[in-house]
Parts: sequence; C-alpha cells; structure tokens
Amino acid sequence: MKKSSSPTKKFDPHKNYQSTMKSIGYVGRKKAKPEDYKRIGFKSGLEVHQQIKTKKKLFCRCPAGIFHDSNDYHAEIIRHMRPTLSEMGEYDGTALMEFKTRKDITYRIHNQTTCTYEIDDTPPFPINREALEYALEISLLSKLNIVGEVHITRKQYLDGSIPTGFQRTAILGVEGSIQLKNKKVGLIQLSIEEDSCREISDIGHQRIYKTDRLGMPLIETVTHPECFTPDELREAGEYIRFLNRSTGKVRTGMGAARQDTNVSCEGGTRVEIKGVSHLKWIPELSHNECFRQWALLNIRKLLLEKVKTPAKWELKHVTIDPREVGIENELVVSYLDEGYKVVAICLPQFKGILSHFTQPGKCFANELSDRLKVIAGIEKPNITSSEDLDIPLDTKDLDALSRTLNASEDDAIVLIWGIESDIPTALEAIQERCIMAFEGVPRETRRPMADGTTLFERVLPGADRMYPDTDSAPIPLEQSYIHNLSKNIPMDIADRYRQMKDWNIPSDTYTYLLKKNLVPVIEQLVKLGVSGRFAGTFLGHKLKYVEGKIEKHNDFTYNRIVEMFEFLNTQKLQPSLAKLMLPTIYQHPNMDFNSVLTSLSFKHRTKDEMLAPIDYLLEKFREIRVSKSDSPKIALNWVMGQLNRQALGNVDLKDLQKSIEKKLAKQA
Amino acid sequence: MEDFFQGYKGKALEVLKKYNVRVWGKAVIETSRGEFKGTVLPRSENDDDQHIVLKIETGYNIGIDIVTIKRMKETGYFKATYKIPEKEFPVTPNLPKVKLLGTGGTIASRLDYRTGAVIPAFSPGELYGAVPELADICNLTTEKLFAVFSENMGPEQYKALAIAIGKEIENGIDGIIIGHGTDTLSHTAAALTFMVQNSPVPIILVGSQRSSDRPSSDAALNLMHATTAAGHSDIAEVMVCMFGPTSDEYGFLHRGTRVRKMHSSYRSTFRTIGDTPIATVSRKGVVPIKEEYNHRRKDRKVKILPFFEEKVTIVYYYPNMQPDIIDSLVESGYKGIIIAGTGLGHINKPLYPAIERAYKKGVHVFMTVQTLWGFVHMYVYDTGRDLMAKGIIPLENMIPETAYIKLGWVLGQTNDREEVKRLMLKPINDEITQREPYNGYLIYQGGVPEVEAFIRRFRK
Ligand SMILES: [Zn+2]
Repeated sequence: MKKSSSPTKKFDPHKNYQSTMKSIGYVGRKKAKPEDYKRIGFKSGLEVHQQIKTKKKLFCRCPAGIFHDSNDYHAEIIRHMRPTLSEMGEYDGTALMEFKTRKDITYRIHNQTTCTYEIDDTPPFPINREALEYALEISLLSKLNIVGEVHITRKQYLDGSIPTGFQRTAILGVEGSIQLKNKKVGLIQLSIEEDSCREISDIGHQRIYKTDRLGMPLIETVTHPECFTPDELREAGEYIRFLNRSTGKVRTGMGAARQDTNVSCEGGTRVEIKGVSHLKWIPELSHNECFRQWALLNIRKLLLEKVKTPAKWELKHVTIDPREVGIENELVVSYLDEGYKVVAICLPQFKGILSHFTQPGKCFANELSDRLKVIAGIEKPNITSSEDLDIPLDTKDLDALSRTLNASEDDAIVLIWGIESDIPTALEAIQERCIMAFEGVPRETRRPMADGTTLFERVLPGADRMYPDTDSAPIPLEQSYIHNLSKNIPMDIADRYRQMKDWNIPSDTYTYLLKKNLVPVIEQLVKLGVSGRFAGTFLGHKLKYVEGKIEKHNDFTYNRIVEMFEFLNTQKLQPSLAKLMLPTIYQHPNMDFNSVLTSLSFKHRTKDEMLAPIDYLLEKFREIRVSKSDSPKIALNWVMGQLNRQALGNVDLKDLQKSIEKKLAKQA
Repeated sequence: MEDFFQGYKGKALEVLKKYNVRVWGKAVIETSRGEFKGTVLPRSENDDDQHIVLKIETGYNIGIDIVTIKRMKETGYFKATYKIPEKEFPVTPNLPKVKLLGTGGTIASRLDYRTGAVIPAFSPGELYGAVPELADICNLTTEKLFAVFSENMGPEQYKALAIAIGKEIENGIDGIIIGHGTDTLSHTAAALTFMVQNSPVPIILVGSQRSSDRPSSDAALNLMHATTAAGHSDIAEVMVCMFGPTSDEYGFLHRGTRVRKMHSSYRSTFRTIGDTPIATVSRKGVVPIKEEYNHRRKDRKVKILPFFEEKVTIVYYYPNMQPDIIDSLVESGYKGIIIAGTGLGHINKPLYPAIERAYKKGVHVFMTVQTLWGFVHMYVYDTGRDLMAKGIIPLENMIPETAYIKLGWVLGQTNDREEVKRLMLKPINDEITQREPYNGYLIYQGGVPEVEAFIRRFRK
C-alpha cells in the first residue's frame, strides 16, 4: 500500500507550466491562424479615447495641453476615496476591501494648469463649447444618432485618478458604424468626457498623481464587440483614429490617444485592458488575454474534477516565524528584517494549479500576486509557493510547512508576507481569487505590459456607477445647430481610401497619410496641378523620411508645403524641386522660398539655357570616353548626370532626356 | 393618484401621453436623428418642456428633442424604490453617548442612481450603514427636529434647537452634534451660543461642502470629527466643526461667535475671524489650540434663553447710500439695525439725519466693520464721533452676522436702551474679544516666495 505523501513529492512547476500551455492549445500570436481564434471564440471591442485640441479644459478655464515634470509642482492635496452605497444599498465588496486597506492619494498641483475645479473645491463651469462642437463633428462623422439634449453624467472611479471620485461625461450620439475592409463594425456610443490625472507612483498605501492632464477634453468612441481576430481589432482601432484625426481637431503625440480593449473567449468574461497607448500593441495584448481566459476555463475544469462542493472550499493559514520553522528561502528571509509578518497558506486541491499556464511567462500564482499588490497594498515580490516559477520553496521548507499546515499531497502551499495590518485583507483577497477559479474568469480590468501580457488592475465596476451630475444643466442641441455642423464635416475614411486608390498612390503610404491627415493636403496639391500620385508619394515617402531624420521647427505646418507648391507654380518651376526644398522648409518654415533656393545653390534657367550645353557636353564625352564603342546609352547617362542637378526644378527630366536623345541621334 | 409623468409638462407631457409612454417605462423612440432605446426618467421641474430624458443601456442619460420624434413605444415598465440599508447601530459600553439633532442638511446620504435624487441617511442605523467608523467613536442616537434647507433656518428653528438641546443635557447626554447646511451654519452657531449658555457638554455644528454621494465627500470625515469632539473633547462650548485644510487631514473647532463661511465652495471654507480656532480635531482626538475655553462638567446646569426679535436687520454700507434706505427700515417697524460700515466703521454724511431720525424713533443702531477683521474705531475721525453722538454704538470686533443674531436675541428680551447696550457689549463667548492676537489675521497672498515655499511644504 502507498504511503500517504506530502506535497513535497517531486513536482516540477516548469514542466507543469509547459504541459498546461500545451493542453489548452496555446499558440503564439505570430503562428495563430483565424481557425485558432475561432476555436477559442475570440470576441473583442474597443473604447478609443482621443483628446481634442481645445485651448482650455472641459469644465474649467485652465489651459489644456501643458504638461509638467513630476517634481514641478506648487502644492499637494491629500484625499481618500470612500465607496458610496450601491444601488442595492450595499457597498461593493472589493471596493470596501480596498477602502479598508486605505490609500493616501496625493495630488501634485501646478498653478499654471490647475485651479480649484480640478481638485473638487469648486463646482464645474458650463461645458467648453469649442470641445462640444469638435466632439459633435466627430460624432456626425461616425454616423451616430445625435442626442437631442446632452446630459452630464458622473461615472464613479475610486482609484483616485479623478479627485472628485467621478468623471464628468456625456453621451453625444449612439449606434453608429465604421466600414472596415471586409466588414462593418457597429459603434455603441460616443461620449465627451474629462481626462484623468497622470499617475506618478503607486507604492504600498501611497498613490501620487499630477493634475496637469486632469480635465482636458476627451472623446470616447465605443464599438460593439464585433471584432473576431486581433487584426480586425487593430483595423477598427486604426479606422477610428484616422477618422478622429481627419477633422484636424484632435491632439496627437504621447498619450493623446489611448485605447481600452475588451476581450472575451467562448465561455469567458468581458475583461477590459485599460489604457493601451499604441495600437500596434493591441493584437498581442488581446491575443494573450483571450488565451488567459481559455486557460482559466481549463483551471476551472481541473478544479471541479477534484472539488465537489466549491462553496465549502476554504484556505488554511497560519502565521509563522520562518526561523522557528526553519525556512531558508532567501526571499522570505530577506523580508523578515523589515518586520513583516509571514503567513503560510494551504490551498487544498490546488496542486498543479498555481503553475498552470495563464499568459506567456505567467501562471495562476501571478493572479494571486497581482491581487495582493492591488487589493492589500503589498508590494511585489509578495508571494512564493511550492510551484513558484522563479524561486520555489525547496523540499526541506515544504516538508516543514506541510507539517505545520497539515497539508496533503494534492494541496498547494503558499507563503505571503506583509505588514501585520495588511494580512487580513491579503488572506481575503487570496480566498476570494481562489473561489473565483471555480467559477472561471473574474470580471476585472487589466493593465497592459510592454511584453504583451497584462496585470490585474481592479475589479470591473458594476453598472451602478453612473448617475446624473446635479451640478450641470442639460444642454439642448437644436436641429439648426446640428444641421450647420454636418455641413462642415470632412470626408469618410472609407472614401479617403478610395480616393488614394484612384490617384494610384502606393498603398504603403496609406497608413502614414491617414494618420497624419494628409489626404486633404494631397487634394490641395492636386488643385495646383500636381498629380495625385506624385503628391501622395511625395508626402508618404519623402515627408515621412524627412520627419524621421530632421527635427521639425515649431512653426512648420503642412500648409507650408502647399505654399511651396504654389510658389513653384507661379515661378514656373518643376514640382520635383520640392524634394530638394522640403528638408529646408521643415527646419526653417519662416524662410522665404527664394532664399531656400539660394541656400540650395539653385539657379533659375530657361529650357533653352538648360539645353544649350548639350552639344558641348557631348563633345566633351567623346574626349573622355574610354572606348569608342561606348553606346549612346552611356553618353546619355553621362550628360544627364552632368545636367541633373541644375535641371531639377527647371525642366522635367524626361523632357531633358528626350532632347539629349534627339541630339545624339542627329550626331550619329 | 400615482403620477406617471413626474416632472413633465407642456409639450413633452403631451408627447408622452400621445404615445402612452410612462416615466419608468422602457421605450423605443424613432426620431429624425435615428432610433433611441432606454428607460424614460423623470424630468427636473426646472428644465424645459422640449425634451424627454432617457437612461440608455450603458447607464448614461440623454435627452430626446420632441420635435424629432416620429414614433414612440413603451415595451416594458419597471419602477424601483430605494432606501438606505438600516443596520443596527452597535452599543459599546464605555463609549460616550452622543445625540445627533437633524435640521435638514444632509450629512450622509445615498443616491438614487437613476434619478440622481439624494436620499438622506439619518437614523443611527442608516448612518452606521454609511459611516461604520462612527460605532468606534460613540454610542449615537438621533432626532430629526425639522427638515429645512440651510437658508430657511431662522428664529423659530434656533429656539426649537435650544430647547431640544436643553432637554438632551438634562437627560444626561455626553455631547451633541447638529447636522446643518453650511450656508447659514455660522448664524445658527451664534444663535445657539446666546441661547444655550453654561453648557456642561460640547455642542458641535457640522455640515459638508461636498455631498456624501460622491467618493471624495468631506461628509464622513466631518461626521467622525464632530462625534469625536462631541463625545471626547473637554471643550464644552458651541462650536463649528469643519475641514481645516482642503485635504482629508484634520478639522477645526471654531467658536460659534467668531466663525464665518469664507469661500463659496472650498472644503476648508470655515475660518475663525480675528482669532485662532479653539482646537484641531482628527480621528485621534481633539488637540486644543487656545488655552482658555469652557471645560466639560458633570453637572447639568445649563441656561436656555430662547428669545428672538425678528425686526432686526443688517445694512451693508456702500458709497452714495441714500438716507431713504434707513428711513424705510424705520417706517417698516425695524427695531434694530446693524451697520456694516467701511474701514473703521464709517458711513457718509447724508445718512446722518436718517440715523438721527431712527434713533429718535427708538431704533437701536450698532456699528460693525465690513472688513470683517479688526475693531470699529469711531474716535479716530470727527465723523465717527459725530455718529456716536447721533446714537450709533460701536460693537468693537463683533462680526456683522454675529451682531445681527445677538441684537435679535437681546431685543427678544428687552427694549430698554441702556440694557440693550449693556447686553450687546458684554461678550457671552468671545463675540467681542479684548485683544486681537497677531496670528488672528492671516490671509497670505500667493506668489511671494516664502508663502509658496510654505504652501509646497506644509499646506496639504
Ligand atoms: Zn482648472
């Protein structure tokens, strides 16, 4: 008969991680095929946040778009966010748990960008009409049903990112759509809202924010969850970004546009990945999140096979003195000196679960660790276990702990540490997360990491977090006002694609041209007689190249490019000269165009002047040629080479070539 | 009869009736701007009759312009009623007994998320549900005396409050807190100082600048500070307890006669004028700033003096004020006038005859300063002496609102000229102080390097 053994029996967490990854059928993003996404039921939608380019903030008269270093501030304010009673008259469990662990939230205030409104010491001023107008134009462009009256709503946030504890936001339109390459994606709504604080740090029980960005106007476009592959998701994101930028009334640059993406797999839960600043990260993030959910469903299956009554499942724990128990794990020992309490926990029937794959490089134990950090405020590393992928507890330590905890073969053993007052919340958080493992995928928001994985951020707030803003009156949107606005909106992005195709512009320029809203510039150049293809290539290749190489002068705008072509037109110079001039006007937009040409040592010549030296050059070529058998082609190239630089801008190079060929033919 | 169209009127009401759609009805509305779906919400009575309010599925509210409506259909109906959860307030032996008297201001409340209406929390059970920390501070009981807005608090309420406080003290309470809207909080504090004298226990007035339905509200912390001060402090006076700084850090206890609301919206709006606050209060307890105050006593010897004459007014002087202002007050039967004069207590010459006429008609006229800080000094200029000769009595450094309340209280007891003067000039609790300490006037101006350095380091 087999002797009862302890969890210390040889168990390789890495091997388990690998085999569970395989058993759920994980494939990397690059290898994933549409069938893989179909298999796990990838379903996803977007919330695209875009700052709009106004001079002032949305509900006060502070300037928008001025940012400060984290240590550049005049005063600090400390607040605590208290959960308010929910619809059913109860506090949200996790909200209350977080409140118990209590975060001191500090706001760093700079007088230039913050007044008493931002820090919630003054009620809101009437909404910024400039912002409202821009946001309505984008709503019209998004084909939304525009509301008859705008109602400012409060949306609760307890993380402190907004000092009031809620964001003022309002719906401008519902149920629109965007046309992607192969499908239409529906839009649920578009809202105008105030931006939140920028986080400086979040360590232990202290979170610090700065308020420069707080209150800047922002729009949020929400799609239906109708994207069924990560690529579709990215395409939808790009479309919305291009659409927003096509108005020319939105901000660009770091943090001006941010995406939240919600993802679920078949049988999973809608999980939100918050604040992705680059669209190119979205496919990887959504891919991994979908597989994380798929893995959690497998964990659920495994647990339910072992545990028949999950409702009765309970962790066992005991506070230990690691020295007394004889624990030698270096991580644990290092925290003892800081006066931390160490708690040993037994998770019954969780063997093989802690090291179960969840995301690349991560396992179920990370789900516990994330929550210890966020909910109990215990900084990482905050946990180790029998299945830790980095420094697992060794056999000797595990033997001692399983005796103390009276653990069995099928259990997992965990050690956590922290200051004494955080321990009860930490235990509650672990118990709660383990119970959720029996249910599947918890409703939560997650924070994106650069490697494409995500971290637990907070519990997804319930629907009861919206309520009317009693400080603001509704704003009617009359028929005539909307009618006038709709006259001025730019062209559809789908039509822009068609336009570029018609001009025969190389498709590798499309993304750049739309991202920078350059199609209207092409339109202007075409009006000046430049060919669409030339203009598109000029901007999509040459401008993009210059942008990557040379630092732009603050005064440079695309309009300067239009003016340059106008100048070339009136001077009867060739458009090709623009390529030479561009780097100079990019750096010195205030230099007049004649001076630009002088700086390039350009001399204006008539066509006859240009053609005059051809005979002489042909003569010269004959003198210097190496072999008499040199073909006319070589002569042509040599003469072209001599005249190329002067010709640029003065005559069309094809014309020049033809003239040389003619002369060559005559001489032959 | 049940109102199915709460708040709707005129054309919007007609539209709802025409299509048979009720408030709380789920509706599909077809408009020239597209289709909208949601629950019809009540409309605020001050808003126009051109729009219908809808809560859409995502929780947001929107308005539909009735001129765009083509069709409308009710597809369901759900009306919910909400109330605060009532949990029994736990009684803890050895904790002080504190009574909360309600006047109508909401200290704690919860929100009806659909309409935005604030449902006040008031019973001990409701308060415990909203601010469970209170149970660690005191054993709380409550009584709702009336339900009026702060601006409607007046003599009748002052008197009723004073009598109720007297009863509580007689019954052996350890401290009293009064929930009050903040706009006229200091007026009530002054009135109670005069009407409830020689109290053996703290009487704390408290309010909130940010309603408790928002996560950043100051209400819960103010309530904790007030119960701490009422139950545990040694200062047995009528005081106002509100935020010290705008940060969630500590509160001040202000003497009821010297306190004033100084900012229309700041959390730290209440300031003691011409002196320091009596104490600071945090969840750890009360720390006195002033050395002299009335101490807590075991006896129950309180004096309740619930008197008030309503025909009293404040005249805020401005250049070119016409004498008929004063004459018309006298004609209307006013018995007492507090003037808030410029500078050291001035008004212009053309008013003098009117003041004389008032005096001769038996009206009591007193001078305070609209600068709020500093004393009335009518001897400095001849004009001031003239005025005193015409019967105006300077009130030292009593702040105008306190002077108004005190004059009402005094005239409620006597009309005798000398007695009125004597009572007005004899301070009951520092409404006139002997001296103004050097740190009693601190309005620092931003921009000065030293001030900026101080703000950055210490002012949270
Ligand atoms: Zn501001």
